Amino acid sequence: MMRKPVFVKTIQFVGIGLFVFALALFSWSLTASKFVLNEEALKAAIGNEQHWAHVAVHIAPMQGQTYPNSFAFIAALDAALRRAQEDIRKQVTDELGLTPSDGAYWNAILQDYQLKAVRFPVAKASAMGLLPDRSWLFFALSIGLGVLSAFLYLLPQKRDLPGIWHNGLWHHSLTSRGWLGMALGAWLIAFYALLYFYPEHLVNWVIMVDPISEALSGHPASQWFLYGLLYTLAILVMGVRMLIKYRHNRYQIIRTVSVMFFQTAFAFLIPEILVRLNKPYFDFKNIWPLDYDFFFEIDELIANGTLGIFMLGWGIALAVVGVPVFTYFFGKRWYCSWVCGCGGLAETMGDPFRQLSSKKLRAWRIERWLIHGVLVFAVVMTAMVLYTYFTGESRVLGLDSYQVRKWYGLYIGSWFAGVIGTGFYPLMGNRVWCRFGCPLAAYLGLVQRFRSRFRITTNGGQCISCGNCSTYCEMGIDVRWYAQRGQDIVRASCVGCGVCAAVCPRGVLRLEQASADVSKRASELRVLRMVPGKQVEMLA
Amino acid sequence: MHIVIIGNGISGITAACHIRKLSDYRITVISGESEYFFSRPALMYIYMGHMTFEHAKPYEDWFWDKNRIERIHGWVDQVDFAAKQVILYDGRKIGYDRLILATGSQPNKFGWPGQDLDGVHGLYSLQDLEALERHSPHIEHAVIVGGGLIGVELAEMLHSRHIPFTFLVRESSFWNIVLPPEESAMVTRHIRAHGVDLRLESELKEIWGDQQGRCKMVVTSEGEKIRCQYVGLTAGVSPNVDFLRFSALDIEKGILVDDYLQTNIPDVYAIGDCAQLRQPQPGRRPIEAVWYTGRMMGQVVAQTICGKPTPYNPGIWFNSAKFFDIEYQVYGTVLPNPPEHHASLYWEHPDGQRSVRIVYDRRTDSVLGFNLMGIRYRHEVCERWLCDGTPIEEVLQDLSLANFDPEFYPQYEGAIVAQYNQQAGKQLKLRKRRRLDLVLDFLKR
Repeated sequence: MMRKPVFVKTIQFVGIGLFVFALALFSWSLTASKFVLNEEALKAAIGNEQHWAHVAVHIAPMQGQTYPNSFAFIAALDAALRRAQEDIRKQVTDELGLTPSDGAYWNAILQDYQLKAVRFPVAKASAMGLLPDRSWLFFALSIGLGVLSAFLYLLPQKRDLPGIWHNGLWHHSLTSRGWLGMALGAWLIAFYALLYFYPEHLVNWVIMVDPISEALSGHPASQWFLYGLLYTLAILVMGVRMLIKYRHNRYQIIRTVSVMFFQTAFAFLIPEILVRLNKPYFDFKNIWPLDYDFFFEIDELIANGTLGIFMLGWGIALAVVGVPVFTYFFGKRWYCSWVCGCGGLAETMGDPFRQLSSKKLRAWRIERWLIHGVLVFAVVMTAMVLYTYFTGESRVLGLDSYQVRKWYGLYIGSWFAGVIGTGFYPLMGNRVWCRFGCPLAAYLGLVQRFRSRFRITTNGGQCISCGNCSTYCEMGIDVRWYAQRGQDIVRASCVGCGVCAAVCPRGVLRLEQASADVSKRASELRVLRMVPGKQVEMLA
Repeated sequence: MHIVIIGNGISGITAACHIRKLSDYRITVISGESEYFFSRPALMYIYMGHMTFEHAKPYEDWFWDKNRIERIHGWVDQVDFAAKQVILYDGRKIGYDRLILATGSQPNKFGWPGQDLDGVHGLYSLQDLEALERHSPHIEHAVIVGGGLIGVELAEMLHSRHIPFTFLVRESSFWNIVLPPEESAMVTRHIRAHGVDLRLESELKEIWGDQQGRCKMVVTSEGEKIRCQYVGLTAGVSPNVDFLRFSALDIEKGILVDDYLQTNIPDVYAIGDCAQLRQPQPGRRPIEAVWYTGRMMGQVVAQTICGKPTPYNPGIWFNSAKFFDIEYQVYGTVLPNPPEHHASLYWEHPDGQRSVRIVYDRRTDSVLGFNLMGIRYRHEVCERWLCDGTPIEEVLQDLSLANFDPEFYPQYEGAIVAQYNQQAGKQLKLRKRRRLDLVLDFLKR
C-alpha cells in the first residue's frame, strides 16, 4: 500500500488539531469581554432627548457596574429600558392624552423595535477587557489560525492521486449525519439564530473584525460585515479544497474559481468600497426575488443620482432580461452554481454534505410546493411594496404592506434562507435553501424547465444504475431514474454543478446545450435498443 | 397468467418491469439475496463509503407494490418443471404459468485446496459484500486472486479502507485477455501507481487454514507464502445453475436457450448471466455476463412472453468499466490479439492515462471498434459508425462528434487525426465541432 509520508500526515493532523483549537477559541471568545455601560453610546442610540430623560433615570443603577458577559449585560439593559419605555408610555397617555389610534402616539413612545435596535451598538460600545484590549490577537488565533490550519490540512491533499474522493463519506460521522454532523449543524443553527435575532451577543466577533471594516469602508464593522467576511473566507478556503479535489476536472475548476471571484469581488469588496465612496451598498450580482428587498428603497437609490439610477436599472434588467436570456442559453447554472453567493457557499463549504439531500419522490413533491409557494409569496409581497411606493397607500387588500415585507424578511429571509438554509447543511444537504426556498431558483427553474437549451444528456445504454449520480446530486434529483432509461434530464431544479457527470463511473452524463429536440430527448428512452427505431414504454 | 421470475438482478427485474408495462399478468419475483432490487455494480461503492445500500436501490420500495410486482424473499431449492412449481428451502411452493430463470452468476472456484475456508469469498452477491464487511476489521493483509473487472474493483475497495493486500494475476499484463497491450500496460501502471502490490504471472496454488477453519496463508504458484486473513476469489464468474442441474433442463455451462431465450422446457425462459445462447451472433460469446446484455435479455423476454415474440439481438457490443480512476469504454470489436486485417490507430496522451484506439478493417477501411481509456465517447455516435461500416477517414474527420467528455476538457481529436495523417501520409482535418446539435443532425441522417 502506498502510504503518505509521516511528516505529511503529521502536518494534516496538526492542521485538524489547530482548527479545532481555533474554532473552540472563536466560540469561547464570545464570552471574553466584560461589559460596562457606555452611556454616550446609549444616548446616541436612543437619539431622542425626551426618551433619554426617562432612560437616564432607569439606567442609573447600571452606572459603574461591571457585567461578566453579554447576557447579563443585555438582561440588565433591557430591564432598565423596559421600565423607561413604560414611563414614557404613561407620560404620553396621561400627560399628552394620546392614544394608540393617534399617529403622534407612535412617534412619541419608545417602540419595541427601537429598544431592540439599541442593544447591538450599545453592547458593542460597552464591551471591554480581555478581548477588546487584544482584538487582533483574538482575531489571529481564531479566524486567522482557522484559515491557516485549514490550509495545513487541505494543501497536502495535492499529493493524493486525482480521482473521485468520496471514500468513507458515509462512514464518517461528520458527513453521514453522525454526532459530528449534528454538532456542526447545531453550531451553525446557533450562529444564524444569534446573527439574525440576537446580534448583541456577537459583539466580540464584530470587534475583532472592526479594523478590517475600517480599512475597507471606513466604517466600524456591523454584524453583517462580520458575516460577509466569514462567508467569503469559507468560500475561499473551501473553494481551494474544491480546486484540489477536482483538479482533474476543468469544469469544476473554472466554476469554483467563478464562485470564489463573484463572492469576493461582487458580494464582499465592491459593496464595501461603494460605502467608502459614500455610495449605496449594492451587490451587483444579487437578483430579485432572491434580493427580496431590492424594491424597498427605491427612493434611496434614486437619491444617489446617476449611479443609483444605474443600480436600479441594472437590478431590474437582470431580473427581467438577464434571467430569461442567460437561462435560455446556459440553463440556470449560469447563476446558481457560477455566480450566486448562496450557491457559492453550497458548492464549496457545502460540498462535503451534498450526499445528504433526499432523493425520495415525496421530497420532490414537497419541494415543488414549497419553492413555488415562496416565489408566489415574493411576487405578492413585492407587488404590495410597489403599490405602496406608487400610491403611498400602505394598506393593500386589507393587509399592511410594511407588515407583509416584515413577515417575508423574518420567515423567508432569516429563518428559511439563513437558519435552515445553511444550518441544515450537515443534516439535509447543502442546497436546502436553493432547493426548497429560493424564489429566484424557482423563477430560473421555470425558465430552465420550459424554455432552455440546457439538459444533461445520457450516453446511450452505458448506465449501470449504480446511483452515484443521484447520491451526489445536491438538489436531490434522482438522476439515475433518467440515466438508466437513457432519457435526457430536463429538471427545473438542476443547478448544473456537473458533479453527477464527474462521479459517474461509466461516463454516462454530460451537461450540454443545444436548441434541438430538448423535450423530445427528455421523453425518449434511448437505453432500449433491442428493436431499432421502436419506442418502448417503461414503468413510472 | 402467473409469471414467476427467479432472481431479482438487472435481468429479472427488467423482465418484470417490461412485462408489467405490456400486460396485466400476475408477476412474482423470488430472490434469496435481497428483498429489493439493487444495483450489483454499486456494491463496491457501498463498501467504500460513497453510498449506502439505500442509494444502491434504483427504485424506492413503494415502486413494487404500486406496479403490482410481488416479491418473495427466499432461496429456491428446486423447480418441479412437470408440476410447474418452484419449491423454496422453507418448503413454500409457488406455481407458475411461465417461469423466467434469471439466477445470475457465482464466483469461479477452480478446486483450489482451501477454497471453502472461512475468510475466502468471491465478490458477487450482497452476501459476499456482507462477509467482506464482517472480516474487514481484522484483516491485516488480504490476497486477491484474479485480475479481471471484479478483481480491480475489490482492489479499489480494500485500498479505500487502507487494508494492505497482494493482488495475484495470472496474466503477464493486467486483463490482457481482453485489452490490447498498450491499454493493458496503462492499467497495470495505474494500479501500481496507487501503491498496489500487483503480482503478474502469479497464481493461487492453495490456501491454508487455521484450527478454526479460517484462512491464514496463501501459497502462490511460485511457492511464496503470504499471510492473510481474507482471500478474494475474483477469477471470473460462471452461471449460477447448480440447483437446476440433474433436472430436465438442458444445461451446459449455462442454461441453454434459443434465440427467443426459451429453454428446452416449454414456458421456461432463461436470461442474463445464467443463460447460454445455443447460437450466439457471429463474433459474440454464448455467455456474456455483463449488466447490459442482462438488461437487454430482460426486455426481449418480456416482449416474447407478452405475445410479441422477439429474437434476442444484442446489436453492437459495448461495455464499460473503471480501473481505479481510469474510465474504460468499448464499442464494437477490439481484440487483444487481432487478426491480420484488423488495423488499429492508437493514440495515447503523454501522461499515459488517456488513450483512444480505433480499429478498422485494412481491406475495406470500415471501422470495427473503439476502445477508450480516460476519455468518454458517445455510444450512439460510435454505434452508428459501426453499424454503417463507416470508413476510418470519414470517422476521423467527424471524430469530435463522438467526444463526450465534460465541458472545458481538452479535446484530443485533433491530435488523433494528426497521428493518423503522420502514419498514413494524409492531410485529414477535423470538419465538425463537438456540438450537440451537430450530433443530433448526424444521428438523424
